[in-house]
Amino acid sequence: MADNYNTSLLSDIPEKEEKQYSYLNLGPTHPATHGIFQNVLKMDGEIIMDAVPTIGYIHRAFEKLAERRPFYQITTITDRMNYCSSPINNFGWHMTVEKLLKIEIPKRVQYLRVIIMELARISDHIICNTIIGQDVGATTGFLYLFQYRERIYEIYEEICGARLTTNMGRVGGLERNFTDKTWEKLDGFLKDFPPAFEEFSALLERNRIFMDRTINCGPISAERALAYSFSGPNLRAAGVDYDVRVMNPYSSYEEFDFIVPIGTQGDTYDRFMVRQKEMWESVSIIKQAIEKIKKEPSHIYRADAPEYVLPPKEEVYNNMEALIYQFKNIMGETDIPKGEVYHAVEGGNGELGFYLISDGGRTPYRLHFRRPCFIFYQAYPEMIKGRMLSDAIITMSSMNVIAGELDS
Amino acid sequence: METTTIKNSDIIIGQKPEGIEGAGFFATSLDKVVGMARKNSIWPLPFATSCCGIEFMATMGSHYDLARFGAERLSFSPRQADLLMVMGTIAKKMGPILRQVYEQMAEPRWVLSVGACASSGGIFDTYSVLQGIDRIIPVDVYVPGCPPRPEQIIDGILKIQHLVQTESLRRRDSPEYKAMLNQYGIE
Amino acid sequence: MEETVTEEKIVAVIRENFPSEVISVESPYGFLTVNLKAGKIIDIIKFLYDKEKYQYLTTICGIHYPENKTIQVMYQLHKLAENKRIRLKIALPEEKPSVPTLTNVFPAANWMERETYDFFGVIFEGHPNLIRILNVEDMIIFPMRKEYPLEDQTREDKNNDMFGR
Repeated sequence: MADNYNTSLLSDIPEKEEKQYSYLNLGPTHPATHGIFQNVLKMDGEIIMDAVPTIGYIHRAFEKLAERRPFYQITTITDRMNYCSSPINNFGWHMTVEKLLKIEIPKRVQYLRVIIMELARISDHIICNTIIGQDVGATTGFLYLFQYRERIYEIYEEICGARLTTNMGRVGGLERNFTDKTWEKLDGFLKDFPPAFEEFSALLERNRIFMDRTINCGPISAERALAYSFSGPNLRAAGVDYDVRVMNPYSSYEEFDFIVPIGTQGDTYDRFMVRQKEMWESVSIIKQAIEKIKKEPSHIYRADAPEYVLPPKEEVYNNMEALIYQFKNIMGETDIPKGEVYHAVEGGNGELGFYLISDGGRTPYRLHFRRPCFIFYQAYPEMIKGRMLSDAIITMSSMNVIAGELDS
Repeated sequence: METTTIKNSDIIIGQKPEGIEGAGFFATSLDKVVGMARKNSIWPLPFATSCCGIEFMATMGSHYDLARFGAERLSFSPRQADLLMVMGTIAKKMGPILRQVYEQMAEPRWVLSVGACASSGGIFDTYSVLQGIDRIIPVDVYVPGCPPRPEQIIDGILKIQHLVQTESLRRRDSPEYKAMLNQYGIE
Repeated sequence: MEETVTEEKIVAVIRENFPSEVISVESPYGFLTVNLKAGKIIDIIKFLYDKEKYQYLTTICGIHYPENKTIQVMYQLHKLAENKRIRLKIALPEEKPSVPTLTNVFPAANWMERETYDFFGVIFEGHPNLIRILNVEDMIIFPMRKEYPLEDQTREDKNNDMFGR
């Protein structure tokens, strides 16, 4: 059976006479790996000796596809990278283009973006933490908290019309202002989510069985994590407080007051707890943003840069200049400067970077996505060496590997 | 079809097939009973690859509960599954694996293609994406959308249930079915 | 765009230790970018790692310029302690792009280099496992190069004329 698998890369621990190693294919379709990636494991009974991951089963050629699309059509691609928190990807892309075009974004738009990005972060961490619970055997948390993901989806629907792949925002702001219903739903969410989240925390955080299962499961030290270019909650669980929102603040994050939680050992329990604390911090940031928005004039939802930002439809139908700008923007007659720009945002999994080279044309010359999942998944064989198979499953789900981000 | 109702209310408990009823017995044809039993106890195999998988998770959650249609027990082993739900983009690298999973399923089996990517390649008209799973396996119901709302996925499941209920018991042995499988190269 | 060449301290240090390796320096949008010759790039990065503490590798990517017949490889490093980023770019000839591997300095470069090989065909000498990572293993072309089309040319159900290609 070993001939079928590419075992040439597995470590050549000499085969002991009395022991025989078996090869297990933790195949691309597996109930516990949420995403499709394959691992061939060399096992000594139940202990894992080595692992060889294979990815690329959902490679959709995003980087090549992006060279074909104008700047405003690339949000449909960035949506589908980390699809659990798609607004963060979309706004990251918009900020990259705004950096290239040197568009100045008004404060109110930045606060609105912060609210939406933090909602997306809560939505991403809910999936990760409840699935850790489900993989350990506690399905209740999954069913309880997914109800609040439906509430977040309803807020997205008020803002942009779609639930999951939101295509949210435009270069220069948002496509429409928040309606009263949006504020109402947001207030309802902020009132109902904390008690439910407290219940979920009470189920798992200090639960004896959960702690026994997840402490010391898949640890990684801070040095190895930095050597593997980890970022996001996985790195913070190992003890390094690198958060792009703090180090290179964007979209007025420097005005918000929040803690960056870190762990000590980098094991599954630390990753779970870091995400739990981050969700509380996100709720606090949303509340602060709502307070700040009250002081800004309430009609602003886009930047004032008519050459690059699509004008509102009422003006297009009534005003000659707006019609001309609309035409120029869509048909690609605007002057896009040449240059290369890199912008990073703190995605649900870490530093999500966009490296854009523009040659003055309508579409990017080269667009490279720095995807955090792709980079930290390399460390997976090292994290599970010497552990048992069930620990490997939980380590994978606690790293929050999203297949769409793994293969571009 | 006649329906059984609770006395003095308009709640429909179930759809009663045509048959002869008497004191303590109900006579109908076998395929109607088998169809009714089969449709309400489908064991799906969720082959979730990308974003449509997250909408499937929302469908399985308590808000848009899929379990009330009988699909409570998800089977991840193809040998024990009835319905293959392909949700998400299938890349060319994944094609042989999907084909192997389909071949491992036992008859009768149905295939539901959820999402634009599984049905026709979706927005990814690229060199690495299979432009629709019906190039490699036969599909019964297509659910369009990117991603489809949970209500649409449930609509797809209900159409599959209709197919399951009205399928003739001899369909899988018929020459037309064998000819269709031969087209795909499946024995 | 800031076209002015900013000679930051780090560039002076590189010039001092590796004379005549720096081709040009620029700072587009405030991000220090150094174009280097491809000969000693690994030594330069190792120097930056050991002496200047640029110990976080952000990303590696390839860029194809068919009109110059070059494939550029871009390395982006980050010094977390002082929050300084630097971008190093080297240009390799299109027919035979090859450069030593960075995996001995940064283990994170393993898959990043495999991805660059998969998309552009850049050979990283000394890489432990340089095979394709995202595409099918028996693919013979390097799809991100500009001469290859995006679409699969063998599909017959999508009419190119109707889709404006």
